Amino acid sequence: MTDVTTSAAVSARHDWASNAAKRRVKSRYAKDRRLQMYGIAAIGFAMILLGILITSLFYAGYVAFSTTKVELGVYLDSKQIDPKTPEKANYRKIVRNAFLGYFPNVKGRKEQRNLLKIISSGAPFILRDYVVDNPDQIGKLVKVQVPVSDPFDQLYKGVIPRQIDALSFDRIDTFEGLRQQGVLSAPDGRTVVKMTVFLDPERVSAGQFSAIANEAFKAFFPQARNTAFVEILGGDAAKRLQAFVEANPDMVGKTAEVSLPISTNYDNLFRTGEAKVRNPRFASDNVFVWFDALVTQDLVSTPFTWELFFNADSRFPELAGLAGAISGSALALLVCFLISFPVGIAGAIYLEEFAPKNRYTDIIEVNINNLAAVPSVVFGLLGLAVFLNVFGLPRSAPIVGGMVLSLMTLPTIIVATRAALKAVPPSIREAALGVGASKHQMVLHHVLPLALPGILTGTIIGLAQALGETAPLLLIGMNAFIPSVENIGIMQPATALPTQIFAWADSPERGFVSRTSAAILVLLGFLAIMNAIAIFLRQRFERKW
Amino acid sequence: MNDATGSVNAGIPLSAEEMSKIAPGLAHDIKIKSSDVEVHYGDKQALFDVNLDIPANQVIALIGPSGCGKSTYMRCLNRMNDTIDIARVTGTIEIDGVDIYQKKIDVVELRARVGMVFQKPNPFPKSIFENVAYGPKIHGLAASKSDMEEIVVESLTKAGLFDEVKDRLEAPGTGLSGGQQQRLCIARAIATKPEVILMDEPCSALDPIATAKIEELIDELKQNYTIVIVTHSMQQAARVSQMTAFFHLGYLVEVGETDQIFTNPQDKRTQDYITGRFG
Repeated sequence: MTDVTTSAAVSARHDWASNAAKRRVKSRYAKDRRLQMYGIAAIGFAMILLGILITSLFYAGYVAFSTTKVELGVYLDSKQIDPKTPEKANYRKIVRNAFLGYFPNVKGRKEQRNLLKIISSGAPFILRDYVVDNPDQIGKLVKVQVPVSDPFDQLYKGVIPRQIDALSFDRIDTFEGLRQQGVLSAPDGRTVVKMTVFLDPERVSAGQFSAIANEAFKAFFPQARNTAFVEILGGDAAKRLQAFVEANPDMVGKTAEVSLPISTNYDNLFRTGEAKVRNPRFASDNVFVWFDALVTQDLVSTPFTWELFFNADSRFPELAGLAGAISGSALALLVCFLISFPVGIAGAIYLEEFAPKNRYTDIIEVNINNLAAVPSVVFGLLGLAVFLNVFGLPRSAPIVGGMVLSLMTLPTIIVATRAALKAVPPSIREAALGVGASKHQMVLHHVLPLALPGILTGTIIGLAQALGETAPLLLIGMNAFIPSVENIGIMQPATALPTQIFAWADSPERGFVSRTSAAILVLLGFLAIMNAIAIFLRQRFERKW
Repeated sequence: MNDATGSVNAGIPLSAEEMSKIAPGLAHDIKIKSSDVEVHYGDKQALFDVNLDIPANQVIALIGPSGCGKSTYMRCLNRMNDTIDIARVTGTIEIDGVDIYQKKIDVVELRARVGMVFQKPNPFPKSIFENVAYGPKIHGLAASKSDMEEIVVESLTKAGLFDEVKDRLEAPGTGLSGGQQQRLCIARAIATKPEVILMDEPCSALDPIATAKIEELIDELKQNYTIVIVTHSMQQAARVSQMTAFFHLGYLVEVGETDQIFTNPQDKRTQDYITGRFG
């Protein structure tokens, strides 16, 4: 044995049980726990936000998955419908008469028109399609479910009320100011405001009583910056003032104390505490009576909205569906895949396996990475300038959409493919080269199959991004209004899911609010399916070595 | 052996004549003749002026401390260094008198003729059959399916693996044990009917029993193949090889009959390494 020179540091044994050591251990545990906490907190935060997003979409969108329909009993008179050309009959008239038949007491053009507003204006087409599909039903009494129009759909689902507040908070505030001045009273069921008016002889002789009343009323609102308060004074105030002057002609030229009525909404607000008015989406109060009658007769139901998936777009939300958008997106993605998958993989293989490492390949590499960071709207402009203007490809067509999207997907696929190729262990390459495989044999027979799961995952993630991309499609006009799915093709005008969402979100009809959320849910559903495919493919093709 | 002057310093190649004089038992034809081989990785020189003749149907062991250049030298023999962008090889290496670095030599064919077995067993993630059949397939060595089966069975038999796997040729090669995987790799290497087999520390990832099997196998294979083996185990070098070459810091320090190298090394460095002073 050799001698070991013992130094002090070696001989002094470390005391693992000392307080300092215990403190160190404790603080190490605390740090471990803290790090874990940060991670859990970050994930929890993300989960909460995601939960809120999905919940709010479901909450707003679930109503769009059912449609309020009314059962229409129609006698398909063979005199009106020629069995040889069933599509040519006047279905508008047939539907109209069938529906008016439910309410024989409703007379008069205006009333009938209001009544007919209950059912969707697409009802005649639905009946026509039904008869064309079932020509043997001609001459019989059939029951057809037709959607009700959007306001009644929303009403039945409880999304919109029959009555809404007549006055905004601002107006109620203004009125509160007046009430606090103690000039309001309702002596005989009508609220009046007691005010002092100067009966200017000139104006009286000109008959400008409303000007006189407004002038005097203004005194209650010395600070008012706008004239919104004018509407508080009733429309008949001027007439009341005129009657007062006619009853007291000697007051002309003097200042008089008069009580003038205020307008209906403010009258209601003062006497009952709330001012309601019929929802302006409905034409008259009678429509509620009629609609309630349909409900009590069990003619109204809310089946699942298959139309959401099988109808094309429409201006009427109860008829609008995603068929056009889904097919447009599918075609654009197909074009995108066919372009970006082979090109991306070929580019990645060349750069990763064959290209010499020099300045030029470095520049190319940097630019590919930069390409992934270019805002998508720029690609849209590029598509507009090059594909539409230079190449003269058709506007709004999925082929152009797919080409623009493939510009965005390419860098994602190239980067993912290169990472997947890099991850293949060098031992496999050596093994292949060692038995005398050439470079392309090594890549095609061994490296590529092993990299495939990663490549496919990257590709699907790229395509999923492309599926949700809106801006470039808007720029090349792929937000066309597609009311029919008959003319679908890669060269035909089309729309896509995100642009459809964009268009619906922009529409004023109340039904499009829920349709928009529903469309977003459908889009998210497609994304979830694509990600599931990516996971499946990865597990299916993953091989151990 | 009888004469202990057989070892030479680097830079002096052995001729067949000299060889037979030094070691009559090793009087084989020269299979591989390297002259003035130097390898640079970028600015760094990894191998200096190596002159080494490797006789046919023998096992030559390359020993030396880590980073001494023995693997680098071995990878010159089937031009695997070509796959490293920055590697540059100078000097000449002749196999059967043909310079393998001349332009008209097809690297792919060369690698089929000079098989290689790596440190870590690296079967393809495919079936056992496909692993062995891959080389013959890409080189068109089998005319028919039955030919191919014959080649596979023969290679597996030569590698001493056939009896263990004959019932599961379609099972994945990666599912075998480490020693079996390494023998599968040997079978794969000999399936292309090479003349030379290079083995880069073939047993370093294996347990002693698997190692013993491989060593037995090497001993059998040397009847038909020239084998170059890199090893860190001196015992292994002593057991399996007839010749041993000692590399140090990129130089070929000493080469000679294995017995002589281990019992009577001529160079101080060799002696230090063998006795465990460094390495």
